[in-house]
Amino acid sequence: MELTVLMYLIPSLIMFGCGVYGFVTRKNMIAILISLELMLNSVDINFVVFNSFLFPGQLEGMFFTLFAIAIAAAETALALAIVINVYRKVKNVDIKEISKMKF
Amino acid sequence: MAEQYSYLLAILVIPIAMFLFLGLMTTKLSKKVAGTLGTIGLGACLIIGYTAAITYFASGSLEPIKVMDTTWIDFSQIAEGFSINLGIYLDPISAMMLIVVTTISFLVHLYSNGYMDDAHLIKYGHEAEGLAKHGFQRYFAFLSLFTFSMLGLVLATNIFQMYIFWELVGVSSYLLIGFYYTDPAAIHASKKAFITTRFADLGFLIGILILSYYTKTFDFDTLINGSSSALATMHGTTFLGCSVLCWAMTCIFIGGAGKSAMFPLHIWLPDAMEGPTPVSALIHAATMVVAGVYLVARLFPLYLIAEGSLVVITVVGAFTAFYAAAIACAQTDIKRILAFSTISQIAFMITSLGVARPEYHEGVGYMASMFHLFTHAMFKACLFLVAGAVIYRIHSNESSHMGGLHKYMPIASIACLIGCLAISGIFPFAGFFSKDEILVAAYCNNFWWGAWMSMVAGMTAFYMFRLYYLVFWWDTPDYEAHGHHVPKEAPLVMTLPLIILSVATCVIGFLPFSDYITYNHEPLHAGHNWTVIISSTVIALIGIGLATALYLKKNDKPGKMQNAAPSLWTAAHKRFYMDELYMFITHNVIFQNICRPIAWFDRAIIDGTMNMFANITNSASYAVRKLQSGSIQAYVWIYLAGAVLLAAVAIICLI
Repeated sequence: MELTVLMYLIPSLIMFGCGVYGFVTRKNMIAILISLELMLNSVDINFVVFNSFLFPGQLEGMFFTLFAIAIAAAETALALAIVINVYRKVKNVDIKEISKMKF
Repeated sequence: MAEQYSYLLAILVIPIAMFLFLGLMTTKLSKKVAGTLGTIGLGACLIIGYTAAITYFASGSLEPIKVMDTTWIDFSQIAEGFSINLGIYLDPISAMMLIVVTTISFLVHLYSNGYMDDAHLIKYGHEAEGLAKHGFQRYFAFLSLFTFSMLGLVLATNIFQMYIFWELVGVSSYLLIGFYYTDPAAIHASKKAFITTRFADLGFLIGILILSYYTKTFDFDTLINGSSSALATMHGTTFLGCSVLCWAMTCIFIGGAGKSAMFPLHIWLPDAMEGPTPVSALIHAATMVVAGVYLVARLFPLYLIAEGSLVVITVVGAFTAFYAAAIACAQTDIKRILAFSTISQIAFMITSLGVARPEYHEGVGYMASMFHLFTHAMFKACLFLVAGAVIYRIHSNESSHMGGLHKYMPIASIACLIGCLAISGIFPFAGFFSKDEILVAAYCNNFWWGAWMSMVAGMTAFYMFRLYYLVFWWDTPDYEAHGHHVPKEAPLVMTLPLIILSVATCVIGFLPFSDYITYNHEPLHAGHNWTVIISSTVIALIGIGLATALYLKKNDKPGKMQNAAPSLWTAAHKRFYMDELYMFITHNVIFQNICRPIAWFDRAIIDGTMNMFANITNSASYAVRKLQSGSIQAYVWIYLAGAVLLAAVAIICLI
């Protein structure tokens, strides 16, 4: 069976949709972070897929994906550090409860 | 030629430096040091002023000299050479004013060292300690500021510089009138003086603007000599039936009339007597109030072209002279009498300029006016300082609290007598010469002007001797019974200026004024007019005789005359209700009918519109405030909705 571009894009779209859904509905900060990672990864898949289907033999998309993964890793580390610090201060990771810094 | 006088800059620098130093160090300096410093500074100015004036008059040439002239603001893109300059201008009248200002200012400084002593200041300062403690130092700082401004005014090279210093003398006058700031009357008087003169200065400014719009210059030299074609244009252009030049010169005269207290802008000068008496002598008798006369004299060639404005000047001057003299006859406050007498005498100078024409008696009016300015400064300052000496001992301005002082204060009495003889025009005192020249000029112009001014001269003799007798003769009140000491002669620092000024009054009439100060810088050769000399002396003697008969010894004749025409007396005593008229016009007419609707319009319409905009913005922001919740998830929802919407729009468009 020939693998078509849609077979890659539809799972990627579902992943992205799940990410967005999780991002706007979860209350737990860790869950929000995971949803964010889902969205990033679906975008990475799109890069790779479009690179290999539209410009076979070139590597810009691949490298871009590698960069995105690296940056996402750094960003996750940072976000987790913040979450842990917030937890130490307020003993909570529920986003609705953390409103001290609001006006 | 000009470099020779470059030291004149110091005459401006010394007083302003003294003002800054004394003003900043008010609380640090002792009274003695402040007074001495101020007097020494003025002494230096006196020497510089005399040196410059004498060198100038002795040099043989009376051509104007521009000692210095620096461009301050350049308008050369509007017209070639059009700029506002600052500089020093030396010509016969400014050299003469140098002598007047420095002499009177120095003597007043000297005199103030005695007059403004502790006892005097504490009398006013019991509520505010500051007045008694630092008033003396502040007073000398203000005097220096005034001297600086006045010297800058007389030495101005252009009309705009004159306007700047014109305002500065106004400010220093305001500060000094309101010097006793614990007294509400002084505060009201200072405000009244400032607002009235400021209102008149609006006319001055308009006049300057019209004049410079046509001539494209502010410079006195260029205005008088170099812009005849522009002046001809101005003379040819008519507005409301008069030439534009005539309007411009009349507007400039309004400024002069405000400063010189001409009717109907005179109302501030009598009230200005609330200030310290030496200040009245310096500012409100000898120097600042003659600035209007000086202004007209400075621009006299332009006034000669615009003859209509000279007629206005004559009418205003002649009416004011009579009006002020009539009021002076019915005042009891000695400083008020002197104030009205000053108004009347300045009106003499103004009238003299108004009636002066080159064809009458070689233009004697101009010279007479300047001569009278000079002599009047001396004898009126002398009279004011006498009044100060009396007030210093009696602690009152009211003539009813005085009387018989000749016995107690002989020097003041003799100085006052000399001043009164001079102002009445009795030979050989200074006023005789200058007043006769004015009367000659008036008779040359028109017999009726001459007759009118002669009558006012007779009234002058009457009210001045009334003042003299009421203070120094009349009836001696029981000074012991009033709870204060028996009056005695003022201290030496106060009597010395009196003596100097009385001696000056006796001799300066013989100065060869007509050789030096004329409208065309040519000596005047016209001889004496014996008819005028004899008639004016007779009129003055009648006035003096009448005053002697009525007021030498206490009697009931003045009271009977007062009762014979009570309404006339009250009207004159109340200054013919001019202040009430002003109050009515300003409060009931202007404030009530014009200012109040304007204020309503401002608050309701202008402010209302602005408030409406503000309120709309305010309520709109309240309405959308909820959108900024701070919740990232809500933002993401909105973002997502927006992105989907945009995508939908894009798809619809592409299809």
